[in-house]
Amino acid sequence: MQIYADNAATTKMSRAAIDAMTSYMNEVYGNPSSLHSIGQTAAEALMDARERVAAVLGAKPREIYFTSGGSEADNQAIISAATFGAKKGKKHIVSTAFEHHAVLHTLDKLRKQGFEITLLDPHECGIITAEEVAAAIRDDTALVTVMYANNEIGTIQPIAEIGAVCKERGVIFHTDAVQAVGHIKINVKEQNIDMLSLSAHKFHGPKGVGALYCRLGIPLTNIIEGGAQERGKRAGTENIPAIMGMAAAIEEASAKIDENREKLTKMRDRLIEGLSEIPHSILNGAQNPRLPGSVNMCFEGIEGESLLLLLDAKGVCASSGSACTSGSLDPSHVLLAIGRPHEVAHGSLRLTLCEDNTMEEVEYIIKAVKEVVAYLREMSPVWHDLKEGKKKYVIQ
Amino acid sequence: MLYSKKVMDHFQHPRNVGIIEDASGVGEVGNAKCGDIMKIYLKIDNDVITDVKFNTFGCGSAIATSSMATELIKGKPVSEALELTNKAVVEALDGLPAHKLHCSVLAEEAVKAAVKDYYDKNGIEYDHTLFPDCENCGSCDSCKS
Repeated sequence: MQIYADNAATTKMSRAAIDAMTSYMNEVYGNPSSLHSIGQTAAEALMDARERVAAVLGAKPREIYFTSGGSEADNQAIISAATFGAKKGKKHIVSTAFEHHAVLHTLDKLRKQGFEITLLDPHECGIITAEEVAAAIRDDTALVTVMYANNEIGTIQPIAEIGAVCKERGVIFHTDAVQAVGHIKINVKEQNIDMLSLSAHKFHGPKGVGALYCRLGIPLTNIIEGGAQERGKRAGTENIPAIMGMAAAIEEASAKIDENREKLTKMRDRLIEGLSEIPHSILNGAQNPRLPGSVNMCFEGIEGESLLLLLDAKGVCASSGSACTSGSLDPSHVLLAIGRPHEVAHGSLRLTLCEDNTMEEVEYIIKAVKEVVAYLREMSPVWHDLKEGKKKYVIQ
Repeated sequence: MLYSKKVMDHFQHPRNVGIIEDASGVGEVGNAKCGDIMKIYLKIDNDVITDVKFNTFGCGSAIATSSMATELIKGKPVSEALELTNKAVVEALDGLPAHKLHCSVLAEEAVKAAVKDYYDKNGIEYDHTLFPDCENCGSCDSCKS
Protein backbone atom coordinates (compact mmCIF):
# COMPACT_ATOMS: atom_id res chain seq x y z
CA MET A 1 0.00 0.00 0.00
CA GLN A 2 1.20 3.48 -0.80
CA ILE A 3 -0.62 6.61 0.33
CA TYR A 4 0.48 9.90 -1.18
CA ALA A 5 -0.07 12.69 1.34
CA ASP A 6 2.42 15.24 0.05
CA ASN A 7 0.24 17.18 -2.37
CA ALA A 8 1.65 20.54 -1.28
CA ALA A 9 5.01 19.35 -2.65
CA THR A 10 3.47 18.28 -5.93
CA THR A 11 0.42 16.49 -7.25
CA LYS A 12 -0.20 13.59 -9.57
CA MET A 13 -1.19 14.86 -13.01
CA SER A 14 -4.86 14.48 -13.85
CA ARG A 15 -6.02 12.46 -16.85
CA ALA A 16 -7.49 15.64 -18.33
CA ALA A 17 -4.16 17.45 -18.06
CA ILE A 18 -2.21 14.60 -19.67
CA ASP A 19 -4.77 14.21 -22.46
CA ALA A 20 -4.66 17.94 -23.15
CA MET A 21 -0.90 17.77 -23.68
CA THR A 22 -0.25 14.82 -25.97
CA SER A 23 -1.60 16.26 -29.24
CA TYR A 24 0.71 19.29 -28.74
CA MET A 25 3.66 16.92 -28.69
CA ASN A 26 2.53 14.57 -31.46
CA GLU A 27 0.77 16.81 -33.96
CA VAL A 28 0.65 20.50 -33.13
CA TYR A 29 4.33 20.73 -32.26
CA GLY A 30 4.90 24.04 -34.04
CA ASN A 31 6.50 27.14 -32.62
CA PRO A 32 3.77 29.75 -32.04
CA SER A 33 6.11 32.38 -33.47
CA SER A 34 6.25 30.55 -36.85
CA LEU A 35 4.03 31.78 -39.64
CA HIS A 36 3.22 28.40 -41.16
CA SER A 37 0.10 26.47 -40.32
CA ILE A 38 1.57 24.16 -37.66
CA GLY A 39 3.03 27.19 -35.90
CA GLN A 40 -0.16 29.21 -36.18
CA THR A 41 -2.28 26.33 -34.86
CA ALA A 42 0.02 26.32 -31.83
CA ALA A 43 -0.37 30.12 -31.54
CA GLU A 44 -4.15 29.72 -31.49
CA ALA A 45 -3.87 27.07 -28.78
CA LEU A 46 -1.69 29.40 -26.75
CA MET A 47 -4.28 32.16 -27.03
CA ASP A 48 -7.02 29.73 -26.05
CA ALA A 49 -5.05 28.59 -22.98
CA ARG A 50 -4.43 32.19 -21.95
CA GLU A 51 -8.15 32.96 -22.15
CA ARG A 52 -9.04 29.89 -20.10
CA VAL A 53 -6.49 30.59 -17.34
CA ALA A 54 -7.58 34.24 -17.24
CA ALA A 55 -11.25 33.26 -17.00
CA VAL A 56 -10.65 31.09 -13.93
CA LEU A 57 -8.94 33.99 -12.15
CA GLY A 58 -11.37 36.69 -13.29
CA ALA A 59 -8.55 38.38 -15.22
CA LYS A 60 -8.16 39.58 -18.80
CA PRO A 61 -6.17 37.29 -21.14
CA ARG A 62 -3.66 40.10 -21.72
CA GLU A 63 -2.90 40.08 -18.00
CA ILE A 64 -1.66 36.47 -17.99
CA TYR A 65 2.04 35.75 -18.59
CA PHE A 66 3.14 32.13 -18.79
CA THR A 67 6.28 31.31 -16.83
CA SER A 68 8.34 28.28 -15.87
CA GLY A 69 6.49 28.04 -12.58
CA GLY A 70 5.66 29.75 -9.32
CA SER A 71 9.22 30.73 -8.41
CA GLU A 72 9.80 32.57 -11.66
CA ALA A 73 6.43 34.32 -11.35
CA ASP A 74 7.26 35.40 -7.78
CA ASN A 75 10.69 36.67 -8.82
CA GLN A 76 9.33 38.63 -11.76
CA ALA A 77 6.40 40.13 -9.85
CA ILE A 78 8.55 41.36 -6.99
CA ILE A 79 11.43 42.64 -9.12
CA SER A 80 8.95 44.41 -11.42
CA ALA A 81 7.07 46.16 -8.62
CA ALA A 82 10.34 47.12 -6.94
CA THR A 83 11.77 48.53 -10.17
CA PHE A 84 8.55 50.46 -10.82
CA GLY A 85 8.50 51.80 -7.27
CA ALA A 86 12.17 52.77 -7.26
CA LYS A 87 11.61 55.02 -10.29
CA LYS A 88 9.26 57.04 -8.08
CA GLY A 89 11.60 56.94 -5.11
CA LYS A 90 9.69 54.18 -3.35
CA LYS A 91 12.06 51.62 -1.90
CA HIS A 92 10.07 49.94 0.86
CA ILE A 93 8.36 46.54 0.64
CA VAL A 94 5.95 44.90 3.08
CA SER A 95 5.83 41.10 3.28
CA THR A 96 5.64 38.35 5.89
CA ALA A 97 8.23 36.26 7.69
CA PHE A 98 6.72 32.99 6.50
CA GLU A 99 6.68 33.49 2.74
CA HIS A 100 8.08 30.86 0.38
CA HIS A 101 11.81 31.20 -0.29
CA ALA A 102 11.04 32.29 -3.86
CA VAL A 103 9.69 35.47 -2.26
CA LEU A 104 12.02 35.77 0.76
CA HIS A 105 15.23 35.27 -1.23
CA THR A 106 14.10 37.78 -3.88
CA LEU A 107 13.44 40.26 -1.08
CA ASP A 108 16.91 39.53 0.35
CA LYS A 109 18.39 40.41 -3.02
CA LEU A 110 16.45 43.69 -3.08
CA ARG A 111 17.53 44.48 0.48
CA LYS A 112 21.15 44.29 -0.67
CA GLN A 113 20.24 46.71 -3.45
CA GLY A 114 19.04 49.29 -0.93
CA PHE A 115 15.39 48.39 -0.42
CA GLU A 116 13.95 48.33 3.05
CA ILE A 117 11.89 45.22 3.79
CA THR A 118 9.30 44.93 6.56
CA LEU A 119 8.42 41.31 7.34
CA LEU A 120 5.20 40.96 9.32
CA ASP A 121 5.00 38.40 12.12
CA PRO A 122 2.44 35.70 11.29
CA HIS A 123 1.87 35.00 15.02
CA GLU A 124 1.16 31.52 16.37
CA CYS A 125 -2.06 31.33 14.34
CA GLY A 126 -0.22 31.79 11.05
CA ILE A 127 -2.49 34.59 9.86
CA ILE A 128 -1.64 38.21 9.05
CA THR A 129 -4.39 40.81 9.38
CA ALA A 130 -5.20 43.61 6.95
CA GLU A 131 -4.79 46.06 9.85
CA GLU A 132 -1.19 44.92 10.34
CA VAL A 133 -0.53 45.41 6.64
CA ALA A 134 -2.14 48.87 6.76
CA ALA A 135 0.04 49.84 9.73
CA ALA A 136 3.20 48.75 7.92
CA ILE A 137 2.49 50.66 4.68
CA ARG A 138 4.46 53.93 4.37
CA ASP A 139 4.52 56.73 1.82
CA ASP A 140 7.51 55.07 0.17
CA THR A 141 6.04 51.55 0.06
CA ALA A 142 6.39 50.13 -3.45
CA LEU A 143 4.85 46.72 -2.88
CA VAL A 144 2.93 44.54 -0.47
CA THR A 145 3.50 40.83 -1.09
CA VAL A 146 1.60 38.37 1.09
CA MET A 147 1.13 34.69 0.26
CA TYR A 148 -2.44 33.51 -0.26
CA ALA A 149 -2.02 30.30 1.73
CA ASN A 150 1.10 29.09 3.50
CA ASN A 151 2.78 26.13 1.82
CA GLU A 152 3.86 24.46 5.05
CA ILE A 153 1.07 25.05 7.55
CA GLY A 154 -1.80 25.77 5.14
CA THR A 155 -3.25 28.86 6.85
CA ILE A 156 -5.13 31.21 4.51
CA GLN A 157 -4.55 34.96 4.62
CA PRO A 158 -7.33 37.59 4.35
CA ILE A 159 -6.36 38.46 0.77
CA ALA A 160 -9.45 40.48 -0.18
CA GLU A 161 -9.07 42.67 2.93
CA ILE A 162 -5.35 43.17 2.30
CA GLY A 163 -6.14 43.94 -1.35
CA ALA A 164 -8.65 46.60 -0.27
CA VAL A 165 -6.10 48.22 2.04
CA CYS A 166 -3.46 48.29 -0.72
CA LYS A 167 -5.91 49.75 -3.24
CA GLU A 168 -6.90 52.48 -0.80
CA ARG A 169 -3.26 53.34 -0.12
CA GLY A 170 -2.21 53.08 -3.77
CA VAL A 171 0.32 50.30 -3.21
CA ILE A 172 0.85 47.38 -5.61
CA PHE A 173 -0.36 44.11 -4.08
CA HIS A 174 1.18 40.79 -5.11
CA THR A 175 0.16 37.42 -3.73
CA ASP A 176 2.03 34.14 -4.09
CA ALA A 177 -1.05 31.97 -4.65
CA VAL A 178 0.86 28.81 -5.58
CA GLN A 179 -0.85 26.74 -2.86
CA ALA A 180 -4.26 28.39 -3.27
CA VAL A 181 -5.06 28.33 -6.99
CA GLY A 182 -7.29 25.40 -7.84
CA HIS A 183 -8.20 24.92 -4.18
CA ILE A 184 -9.79 28.25 -3.21
CA LYS A 185 -12.03 30.49 -5.34
CA ILE A 186 -10.02 33.48 -6.47
CA ASN A 187 -11.14 36.56 -8.36
CA VAL A 188 -8.31 39.01 -8.82
CA LYS A 189 -10.60 41.95 -9.59
CA GLU A 190 -13.01 41.42 -6.69
CA GLN A 191 -10.10 40.84 -4.32
CA ASN A 192 -8.05 43.80 -5.58
CA ILE A 193 -5.05 41.63 -6.41
CA ASP A 194 -2.59 43.42 -8.71
CA MET A 195 -0.21 40.53 -9.24
CA LEU A 196 -0.58 36.80 -8.57
CA SER A 197 1.76 33.83 -9.00
CA LEU A 198 0.58 30.30 -9.68
CA SER A 199 2.13 26.93 -10.47
CA ALA A 200 0.42 24.16 -12.46
CA HIS A 201 1.83 21.15 -10.63
CA LYS A 202 0.07 22.11 -7.40
CA PHE A 203 -3.34 21.43 -8.98
CA HIS A 204 -2.69 18.24 -10.98
CA GLY A 205 -1.08 20.02 -13.91
CA PRO A 206 2.43 19.48 -15.26
CA LYS A 207 5.65 20.60 -13.56
CA GLY A 208 7.79 23.39 -14.98
CA VAL A 209 4.94 25.69 -15.92
CA GLY A 210 3.09 28.46 -14.14
CA ALA A 211 1.73 31.91 -14.70
CA LEU A 212 1.96 35.46 -13.49
CA TYR A 213 -1.16 37.57 -13.51
CA CYS A 214 -0.20 41.24 -13.74
CA ARG A 215 -2.87 43.92 -13.83
CA LEU A 216 -2.81 46.16 -16.92
CA GLY A 217 -0.90 49.32 -16.13
CA ILE A 218 1.82 47.72 -14.03
CA PRO A 219 4.99 47.46 -16.13
CA LEU A 220 6.84 44.16 -15.95
CA THR A 221 10.61 43.93 -15.80
CA ASN A 222 12.12 41.08 -17.81
CA ILE A 223 13.88 38.37 -15.88
CA ILE A 224 14.71 36.42 -19.04
CA GLU A 225 15.83 38.42 -22.07
CA GLY A 226 15.50 37.25 -25.64
CA GLY A 227 12.64 36.93 -28.10
CA ALA A 228 9.34 38.78 -28.01
CA GLN A 229 7.26 36.00 -26.47
CA GLU A 230 4.69 36.88 -23.80
CA ARG A 231 4.31 40.40 -25.17
CA GLY A 232 8.05 40.91 -24.86
CA LYS A 233 8.07 40.29 -21.12
CA ARG A 234 9.25 36.71 -20.94
CA ALA A 235 11.55 35.41 -23.64
CA GLY A 236 11.78 31.78 -24.72
CA THR A 237 9.65 29.54 -26.94
CA GLU A 238 6.44 28.81 -25.10
CA ASN A 239 6.10 25.36 -23.54
CA ILE A 240 2.85 24.70 -25.37
CA PRO A 241 2.17 21.13 -24.16
CA ALA A 242 2.69 22.17 -20.53
CA ILE A 243 0.61 25.32 -20.96
CA MET A 244 -2.24 23.28 -22.47
CA GLY A 245 -1.97 20.82 -19.56
CA MET A 246 -2.09 23.69 -17.10
CA ALA A 247 -5.18 25.20 -18.74
CA ALA A 248 -6.99 21.84 -18.59
CA ALA A 249 -5.93 21.28 -14.97
CA ILE A 250 -6.96 24.73 -13.74
CA GLU A 251 -10.37 24.41 -15.39
CA GLU A 252 -10.94 20.97 -13.92
CA ALA A 253 -9.82 22.03 -10.43
CA SER A 254 -11.95 25.14 -10.63
CA ALA A 255 -15.05 23.16 -11.69
CA LYS A 256 -14.63 20.74 -8.77
CA ILE A 257 -13.55 23.30 -6.19
CA ASP A 258 -16.64 23.09 -3.94
CA GLU A 259 -16.95 19.33 -4.16
CA ASN A 260 -13.25 18.84 -3.41
CA ARG A 261 -13.28 21.29 -0.53
CA GLU A 262 -16.18 19.50 1.13
CA LYS A 263 -14.54 16.09 0.80
CA LEU A 264 -11.09 17.28 1.81
CA THR A 265 -12.20 19.33 4.80
CA LYS A 266 -13.81 16.23 6.34
CA MET A 267 -10.64 14.17 5.84
CA ARG A 268 -8.39 16.99 7.05
CA ASP A 269 -10.40 17.54 10.22
CA ARG A 270 -10.48 13.82 10.97
CA LEU A 271 -6.71 13.70 10.50
CA ILE A 272 -6.24 16.62 12.90
CA GLU A 273 -8.62 15.02 15.41
CA GLY A 274 -6.89 11.63 15.20
CA LEU A 275 -3.34 12.96 15.42
CA SER A 276 -4.24 15.33 18.26
CA GLU A 277 -4.87 12.22 20.37
CA ILE A 278 -1.10 11.78 20.46
CA PRO A 279 0.07 13.26 23.77
CA HIS A 280 2.18 16.43 23.54
CA SER A 281 1.27 17.12 19.94
CA ILE A 282 0.10 20.41 18.48
CA LEU A 283 -1.44 21.63 15.24
CA ASN A 284 0.69 24.27 13.56
CA GLY A 285 -1.37 27.30 12.62
CA ALA A 286 -5.05 27.98 13.27
CA GLN A 287 -7.40 25.19 12.23
CA ASN A 288 -9.42 27.77 10.25
CA PRO A 289 -9.11 29.33 7.75
CA ARG A 290 -6.87 26.62 6.34
CA LEU A 291 -6.37 24.91 2.98
CA PRO A 292 -8.87 22.05 2.72
CA GLY A 293 -6.23 19.29 2.55
CA SER A 294 -3.45 20.68 4.72
CA VAL A 295 -2.33 19.41 8.13
CA ASN A 296 0.92 20.24 9.93
CA MET A 297 1.64 18.99 13.44
CA CYS A 298 4.55 18.94 15.85
CA PHE A 299 5.23 15.97 18.12
CA GLU A 300 7.47 16.71 21.04
CA GLY A 301 10.55 14.55 21.69
CA ILE A 302 11.11 13.24 18.17
CA GLU A 303 12.78 14.41 14.97
CA GLY A 304 10.90 14.77 11.69
CA GLU A 305 13.20 13.06 9.22
CA SER A 306 13.19 9.75 11.06
CA LEU A 307 9.41 10.07 11.36
CA LEU A 308 9.12 10.56 7.59
CA LEU A 309 11.39 7.66 6.70
CA LEU A 310 9.54 5.27 8.99
CA LEU A 311 6.19 6.46 7.65
CA ASP A 312 7.50 5.89 4.15
CA ALA A 313 8.40 2.34 5.16
CA LYS A 314 4.72 1.95 6.13
CA GLY A 315 3.66 3.35 2.76
CA VAL A 316 2.82 6.91 3.79
CA CYS A 317 4.46 9.72 1.78
CA ALA A 318 4.62 12.92 3.84
CA SER A 319 7.02 15.78 4.54
CA SER A 320 8.59 17.57 7.49
CA GLY A 321 10.06 20.92 8.44
CA SER A 322 12.97 19.41 10.34
CA ALA A 323 16.50 20.67 9.68
CA CYS A 324 17.51 17.27 8.36
CA THR A 325 14.92 17.48 5.60
CA SER A 326 15.83 21.05 4.70
CA GLY A 327 19.49 20.29 4.14
CA SER A 328 20.47 22.99 6.63
CA LEU A 329 20.91 22.94 10.38
CA ASP A 330 17.87 25.10 11.01
CA PRO A 331 14.35 23.78 10.96
CA SER A 332 11.60 25.34 8.84
CA HIS A 333 11.55 29.16 8.86
CA VAL A 334 7.75 28.94 8.81
CA LEU A 335 7.58 26.98 12.07
CA LEU A 336 10.12 29.31 13.67
CA ALA A 337 8.10 32.32 12.42
CA ILE A 338 4.96 31.05 14.16
CA GLY A 339 6.95 30.75 17.37
CA ARG A 340 7.79 27.07 17.60
CA PRO A 341 11.15 26.62 19.36
CA HIS A 342 13.86 24.81 17.38
CA GLU A 343 13.58 21.53 19.30
CA VAL A 344 9.83 21.35 18.66
CA ALA A 345 10.05 22.51 15.03
CA HIS A 346 12.41 19.58 14.33
CA GLY A 347 9.55 17.22 15.16
CA SER A 348 7.08 18.41 12.57
CA LEU A 349 5.01 16.46 10.08
CA ARG A 350 3.14 17.87 7.10
CA LEU A 351 0.38 15.82 5.52
CA THR A 352 -1.31 17.34 2.50
CA LEU A 353 -4.25 15.48 0.99
CA CYS A 354 -5.97 15.69 -2.36
CA GLU A 355 -9.37 14.53 -3.57
CA ASP A 356 -7.94 11.13 -4.57
CA ASN A 357 -7.28 10.26 -0.91
CA THR A 358 -9.93 8.37 1.05
CA MET A 359 -11.16 8.31 4.63
CA GLU A 360 -9.75 4.75 4.93
CA GLU A 361 -6.34 6.14 4.05
CA VAL A 362 -6.76 8.87 6.64
CA GLU A 363 -7.47 6.24 9.30
CA TYR A 364 -4.41 4.26 8.20
CA ILE A 365 -2.24 7.40 8.38
CA ILE A 366 -3.46 8.18 11.91
CA LYS A 367 -2.63 4.63 13.03
CA ALA A 368 0.78 4.67 11.32
CA VAL A 369 1.79 8.06 12.77
CA LYS A 370 0.74 6.99 16.27
CA GLU A 371 2.87 3.85 16.03
CA VAL A 372 5.93 5.59 14.63
CA VAL A 373 5.78 8.49 17.10
CA ALA A 374 5.51 6.05 20.02
CA TYR A 375 8.43 3.98 18.67
CA LEU A 376 10.70 6.99 18.14
CA ARG A 377 9.82 8.45 21.54
CA GLU A 378 10.77 5.17 23.16
CA MET A 379 14.34 5.54 21.84
CA SER A 380 14.54 9.32 22.34
CA PRO A 381 16.63 10.61 25.28
CA VAL A 382 14.69 13.88 25.00
CA TRP A 383 11.40 12.08 25.49
CA HIS A 384 12.75 10.15 28.49
CA ASP A 385 13.92 13.40 30.08
CA LEU A 386 10.50 14.96 29.52
CA LYS A 387 8.70 11.91 30.92
CA GLU A 388 10.93 11.83 33.99
CA GLY A 389 10.43 15.54 34.60
CA LYS A 390 14.08 16.44 33.94
CA LYS A 391 12.89 18.76 31.18
CA LYS A 392 9.65 20.68 30.83
CA TYR A 393 7.24 19.94 28.02
CA VAL A 394 6.92 22.76 25.50
CA ILE A 395 3.71 21.27 24.12
CA GLN A 396 1.25 20.47 26.90
CA MET B 1 18.22 7.19 -2.49
CA LEU B 2 19.54 9.57 0.10
CA TYR B 3 20.96 6.77 2.24
CA SER B 4 22.88 3.55 1.57
CA LYS B 5 21.21 0.19 2.17
CA LYS B 6 23.32 -0.25 5.28
CA VAL B 7 22.22 3.10 6.73
CA MET B 8 18.59 2.22 6.05
CA ASP B 9 19.07 -1.19 7.66
CA HIS B 10 20.60 0.28 10.82
CA PHE B 11 17.97 3.03 10.88
CA GLN B 12 15.00 0.72 10.41
CA HIS B 13 16.40 -2.08 12.56
CA PRO B 14 18.69 -0.31 15.02
CA ARG B 15 20.91 -2.55 17.16
CA ASN B 16 21.38 -2.04 20.90
CA VAL B 17 18.50 0.37 21.50
CA GLY B 18 17.74 0.88 25.16
CA ILE B 19 19.04 1.88 28.54
CA ILE B 20 21.45 0.14 30.93
CA GLU B 21 20.21 0.91 34.43
CA ASP B 22 23.51 0.11 36.18
CA ALA B 23 25.76 1.46 33.42
CA SER B 24 29.48 1.88 34.12
CA GLY B 25 29.50 5.04 32.00
CA VAL B 26 26.92 7.20 30.25
CA GLY B 27 27.65 9.78 27.56
CA GLU B 28 25.19 12.27 26.15
CA VAL B 29 26.11 14.63 23.32
CA GLY B 30 24.29 16.92 20.93
CA ASN B 31 21.66 19.53 21.34
CA ALA B 32 17.88 19.31 20.82
CA LYS B 33 18.03 22.73 19.18
CA CYS B 34 20.22 21.27 16.43
CA GLY B 35 17.91 18.30 16.08
CA ASP B 36 20.06 15.47 17.42
CA ILE B 37 20.99 14.07 20.81
CA MET B 38 22.74 10.75 21.40
CA LYS B 39 23.03 8.99 24.71
CA ILE B 40 25.24 5.92 25.01
CA TYR B 41 25.31 3.55 28.00
CA LEU B 42 28.33 1.29 28.58
CA LYS B 43 28.65 -1.75 30.81
CA ILE B 44 32.34 -2.34 31.42
CA ASP B 45 33.89 -5.39 33.09
CA ASN B 46 37.69 -5.74 33.41
CA ASP B 47 38.18 -2.90 30.95
CA VAL B 48 36.06 -4.62 28.31
CA ILE B 49 32.74 -3.24 27.02
CA THR B 50 30.46 -6.16 27.76
CA ASP B 51 27.24 -4.36 26.90
CA VAL B 52 26.25 -1.13 25.19
CA LYS B 53 22.88 0.53 24.63
CA PHE B 54 21.81 3.81 23.08
CA ASN B 55 18.95 6.30 22.94
CA THR B 56 18.89 8.82 20.12
CA PHE B 57 16.74 11.79 19.21
CA GLY B 58 17.50 12.61 15.62
CA CYS B 59 17.26 11.92 11.95
CA GLY B 60 17.72 8.61 10.15
CA SER B 61 21.49 8.95 9.98
CA ALA B 62 21.73 9.91 13.66
CA ILE B 63 19.94 6.69 14.59
CA ALA B 64 21.96 4.62 12.09
CA THR B 65 25.32 6.01 13.25
CA SER B 66 24.40 5.38 16.90
CA SER B 67 23.48 1.83 16.05
CA MET B 68 26.68 1.23 14.06
CA ALA B 69 28.90 2.85 16.68
CA THR B 70 27.49 0.58 19.39
CA GLU B 71 28.06 -2.47 17.18
CA LEU B 72 31.66 -1.45 16.54
CA ILE B 73 32.58 -1.14 20.22
CA LYS B 74 30.59 -4.01 21.70
CA GLY B 75 32.89 -6.62 23.23
CA LYS B 76 35.97 -4.45 22.66
CA PRO B 77 38.45 -3.17 25.24
CA VAL B 78 37.82 0.40 26.33
CA SER B 79 41.08 1.52 24.73
CA GLU B 80 39.82 0.30 21.33
CA ALA B 81 36.50 2.06 21.79
CA LEU B 82 38.40 5.28 22.36
CA GLU B 83 40.04 4.84 18.98
CA LEU B 84 36.68 4.73 17.20
CA THR B 85 36.55 7.52 14.64
CA ASN B 86 33.59 9.04 12.90
CA LYS B 87 35.26 7.98 9.66
CA ALA B 88 35.17 4.34 10.72
CA VAL B 89 31.46 4.64 11.49
CA VAL B 90 30.79 6.25 8.09
CA GLU B 91 32.79 3.58 6.28
CA ALA B 92 31.00 0.79 8.12
CA LEU B 93 27.72 2.31 6.94
CA ASP B 94 28.90 2.49 3.30
CA GLY B 95 28.94 6.27 3.46
CA LEU B 96 26.72 9.16 4.52
CA PRO B 97 25.58 12.23 2.57
CA ALA B 98 27.94 15.19 3.19
CA HIS B 99 25.42 17.19 5.23
CA LYS B 100 24.93 14.18 7.52
CA LEU B 101 28.57 13.67 8.45
CA HIS B 102 28.09 15.59 11.70
CA CYS B 103 25.89 12.70 12.88
CA SER B 104 28.90 10.40 12.74
CA VAL B 105 30.94 12.97 14.69
CA LEU B 106 28.25 12.88 17.35
CA ALA B 107 28.43 9.08 17.51
CA GLU B 108 32.19 9.21 18.07
CA GLU B 109 31.76 11.88 20.71
CA ALA B 110 28.98 9.99 22.48
CA VAL B 111 31.21 6.92 22.85
CA LYS B 112 34.07 9.06 24.16
CA ALA B 113 31.77 10.89 26.56
CA ALA B 114 30.56 7.57 27.96
CA VAL B 115 34.14 6.34 28.44
CA LYS B 116 35.09 9.64 30.08
CA ASP B 117 32.14 9.24 32.44
CA TYR B 118 33.37 5.72 33.29
CA TYR B 119 36.90 7.04 33.98
CA ASP B 120 35.57 9.91 36.10
CA LYS B 121 33.31 7.64 38.13
CA ASN B 122 36.11 5.20 38.82
CA GLY B 123 38.88 7.72 39.42
CA ILE B 124 40.89 6.43 36.47
CA GLU B 125 43.58 8.79 35.20
CA TYR B 126 43.33 9.77 31.53
CA ASP B 127 44.59 12.21 28.95
CA HIS B 128 42.07 15.08 28.85
CA THR B 129 43.03 16.11 25.33
CA LEU B 130 41.48 12.86 24.09
CA PHE B 131 38.05 14.21 24.97
CA PRO B 132 37.18 17.39 23.08
CA ASP B 133 33.82 18.76 24.15
CA CYS B 134 30.80 19.36 21.96
CA GLU B 135 31.36 23.13 21.94
CA ASN B 136 34.61 22.64 20.06
CA CYS B 137 33.52 20.11 17.48
CA GLY B 138 33.12 22.82 14.86
CA SER B 139 30.59 20.80 12.90
CA CYS B 140 27.43 22.43 14.17
CA ASP B 141 27.25 26.22 14.24
CA SER B 142 23.74 26.41 15.58
CA CYS B 143 24.82 24.81 18.88
CA LYS B 144 26.58 28.04 19.68
CA SER B 145 23.84 30.46 18.67
